[in-house]
Amino acid sequence: MSAGMKTGSLLSGAEEPVVRFESVGMRYGLGPEVLSDVSFEIAPHSFQFLTGPSGAGKTTLLRLILLSVRPTRGIVSVFGREVSGISNDALTGLRRRMGVVFQDFRLLDHLTTYENVALPLRVQERAEASYRAEVVELLRWVGLGERMHVLPPLLSGGEKQRAAIARALIARPELLLADEPTGNVDPSLARRLLRLFMELNRLGTSVVIATHDYGLMDLVEARRMVLADGRLRVEGP
Amino acid sequence: MTELRSPARSGATAAKAAAPASEPPLPANLRRNAPLVPTDSAASRALAAVIAILTFLAALCAGAAEIAVSSASQWQGSVAQEVTVQIRPGAGRDIEADVKRAESLARAAPGIAGARIFSKAESERLLEPWLGSGLDMSDLPVPRLIALTLTSDRSPDLAGLRTALTEALPGVASLDDHALWLQRLSTMANTFAGIGIGIVLLVLFATGLAVVFATRGAMAGNREVVEVLHFVGADDDYIAKAFQSRFFRLGLRGGALGAGAALLTCALAGLFARMVRSGPAGDEIEALFGTFQIGWRGYAMIVLIGVIASLVTAAVSRFTVRRFLR
Repeated sequence: MSAGMKTGSLLSGAEEPVVRFESVGMRYGLGPEVLSDVSFEIAPHSFQFLTGPSGAGKTTLLRLILLSVRPTRGIVSVFGREVSGISNDALTGLRRRMGVVFQDFRLLDHLTTYENVALPLRVQERAEASYRAEVVELLRWVGLGERMHVLPPLLSGGEKQRAAIARALIARPELLLADEPTGNVDPSLARRLLRLFMELNRLGTSVVIATHDYGLMDLVEARRMVLADGRLRVEGP
Repeated sequence: MTELRSPARSGATAAKAAAPASEPPLPANLRRNAPLVPTDSAASRALAAVIAILTFLAALCAGAAEIAVSSASQWQGSVAQEVTVQIRPGAGRDIEADVKRAESLARAAPGIAGARIFSKAESERLLEPWLGSGLDMSDLPVPRLIALTLTSDRSPDLAGLRTALTEALPGVASLDDHALWLQRLSTMANTFAGIGIGIVLLVLFATGLAVVFATRGAMAGNREVVEVLHFVGADDDYIAKAFQSRFFRLGLRGGALGAGAALLTCALAGLFARMVRSGPAGDEIEALFGTFQIGWRGYAMIVLIGVIASLVTAAVSRFTVRRFLR
């Protein structure tokens, strides 16, 4: 893979942004503000990195997009919907349009790799037979074809990461959020996973990858959202 | 790097085109659709044991109440099948003629199947437990009794018979339909049934409370599972159902164990009672405790209590999860 692959927003701003933050501030309890006056948009079909030093608030920003925490101030809109006072049903509907890869994977230890990856489809109460082929193909593609019956505690760090990525992709989300998705894999697999995210982006999914791996970011010419001291700066295309 | 295919899209295509035969083979040992909430923990076993013990106690209590109620209704049934006419000796009257007259009146009344006159000797013998034996009772004005057996097919006109007796033998004959005795028996049986129902309800309530605590503990212990389920798009109802099905299974296991133990205990107690009854003290024990047979209704009640305990467990856990998630 060569550096400088061109990616980014494929469409004009005519389409509604997938995520919009307006002057968002966030603090936990009575602590200091983790994020201050953060404003940005994530366009449909766009690809961006979210970077910054550890503790800069990357995970908090992802949690805000995932609607697992609410902002202390400012406005957060996801898929064109302002999220303050959103009902639980609407929240579920929005989350089903997102895929997320957690830094610590969050695989369920009592379910096999296959069951973990199939989880987003299973919670939509689809029949197992209707998604079996899809799940198996994706598992084989990420190199877990032989490990699908294994419980996560027996998987290596890289295998867990791939399982977590497969789980995020299986429901074909419109927005993919990945928190340090290449943190536990060797460089060649990291590049392969990055290619997977880009391919997904090419097919229409907006992708946000939180990472502080500059080597990885240098592989792709993409917008960089840089968080430092709770403030956001956008660089690149 | 080789050209990538989209696994998700091509997977969808494959799924669309999939005839059953073309589906990729799965490993034979692949587990699918395991419960979403982990089930096998010490807390689960403890809860199943608590539910089993509570169900056992509730079922035994219901069984005991059933024995009391059915014994009482047996007694009631046999007592209600008879009424008694009492003829008091009157000054200057021939008591034997009065008895004969009362008997013929009773036999003529509708709904009376038979009449048996207690002879003078028999009437005197009835007083022996109070007055002692060997007394000359010829000077005592001992009343005479006529036991009337009622037919079971139609209701007798006891009020009519009472009026006829009073008119024919005023101040001498009276009819006792045992209403007071029956009423007391019925009150006692209802009290036993009420106490039984009360204890069963209390035990079911205790089961519900135990399940509330266990569910809250399970929710706290599985906070991460709940969070992941939310993130992958599960709604609260789906998560509540997952917990409900887990607790329903636990409740079913506990309820089945408790009800099974209660059924076994009742069956063994019945067997034991039958063995003892054939011994010398059998009659006394039977008089005191009844036959110790709970019958099909009692067994059905025990099974029902097991089922209700499971349903209470499922319903309470679902309600608790919904409140927890809110």
